[in-house]
Amino acid sequence: MSIGHRHPEKLTRAQMAERVASDVPAGAVVNLGIGIPTQVSNYLNPEHEIILHTENGMLGMGPEAHGDDVDVDLLNAGKLPVTEAPGCSYFHHADSFAIMRGGHLDIAVLGAFQVSQKGDLANWHTGEPDAIPAVGGAMDLAVGAKDVFVIMELMTKTGTSKLVPELTYPVTGLGCVTRVYTELAIFDLDRSGNVRVTETYGGVSVADLCDMTHLDLIDATE
Amino acid sequence: MINKFRDSVDEVLADIPDGATIMIGGFGLAGQPIDLINGLLRRNLTGLTIVNNNAGNADEGLALLVKSGAVRKVICSFPRQVDSWHFDKKYHAGEIELELVPQGNLAERIRAAGAGIGAFFTPSGYGTTLADGKETRTIEGRDYVLEYPIRADFALIKAHKADRWGNLLYRKTSRNFGPIMAMAATTTIVQVPFLAELGDLDPENIVTPGIFVDRVVQVDSTNPKEHS
Repeated sequence: MSIGHRHPEKLTRAQMAERVASDVPAGAVVNLGIGIPTQVSNYLNPEHEIILHTENGMLGMGPEAHGDDVDVDLLNAGKLPVTEAPGCSYFHHADSFAIMRGGHLDIAVLGAFQVSQKGDLANWHTGEPDAIPAVGGAMDLAVGAKDVFVIMELMTKTGTSKLVPELTYPVTGLGCVTRVYTELAIFDLDRSGNVRVTETYGGVSVADLCDMTHLDLIDATE
Repeated sequence: MINKFRDSVDEVLADIPDGATIMIGGFGLAGQPIDLINGLLRRNLTGLTIVNNNAGNADEGLALLVKSGAVRKVICSFPRQVDSWHFDKKYHAGEIELELVPQGNLAERIRAAGAGIGAFFTPSGYGTTLADGKETRTIEGRDYVLEYPIRADFALIKAHKADRWGNLLYRKTSRNFGPIMAMAATTTIVQVPFLAELGDLDPENIVTPGIFVDRVVQVDSTNPKEHS
């Protein structure tokens, strides 16, 4: 990944995952959500001993299992077979969520439908009236992790920003997102609503991003 | 002599009545007590309330129980999946009630029941529609929702090994809801592939002490890794 704060090319999804991985400190305990967040594990440096938490009850999760390594007693939160990393441990579900809620988890990396400028997260329900709701551990991760990093495309297919002044989708957690990684920029958030743009991609300016998001963004790219 | 070992799946499930609240362990295939669930299906019960992380997958186990009409209500965190078609159909037809609970609150409400806690304040779900109508409180600057325990008449769980007092070992992520459901139910029924002589399990490694277990039935495991 190139050094610097203004990059000519947009990030692909894989590059967004790689960019998040570069911000995870050595020794951190991290929970990666289903989807693009899972790909972050592909870019973590093994020497950094980053401990992956899976909410069904394991710390020290290794890579996905294939072939003879598949064991149906060893699954991740997406119910896919995984492996053990050296030093791993198992625990029951109440302890697993105490790890989040009790403030022991350093970072959760999640996808989102929307994030508000104050860090409110919407990622569990589209709000459509006939949709069957399903929440899983989304709300527990949102309020529990010390830092919540979101990976999402900045713009919807219809051209509206998913970083918004106020959520229009149902809330998952309030004031919980600290950083948003998108194909066009990285945003740092705080609970008072100050949004700092720290990196841009694809040649957009901070002024362009202000127009796209309808937010007063702070230029922190220098 | 205390002996919780029983001879058959049908025997351990024989006294479950219509309308019972039943916790079923498992997360995916890991820890799913599939033989006990199939035994429950054979009982042709009605009006059951089921507590599980999901609401049944594909055409087996809990999904078939839902399809059969035995289930009045599901308390779970994640009902909607690509293969939850039996639940989806019942839900859209208005034939099944859903209590949707954030996964950590589900686990803690089950734990609280077994631990004798009357209710607890949790930050998970605060400010969301899943906290609508619930009591809230701000404690030292953080916002919480009041949640109540979930108790059950029966818990059906899978463990790896048991002795005749009901002491249990689990295997890898199949532990999931087993230990807390065992504590939260009036009667806890366990299927295991392996039985141990009393005294042969290392007391330092026992995860669920036998006090939380009532009946144990041996059923062979279909997971080859569990045999190695």
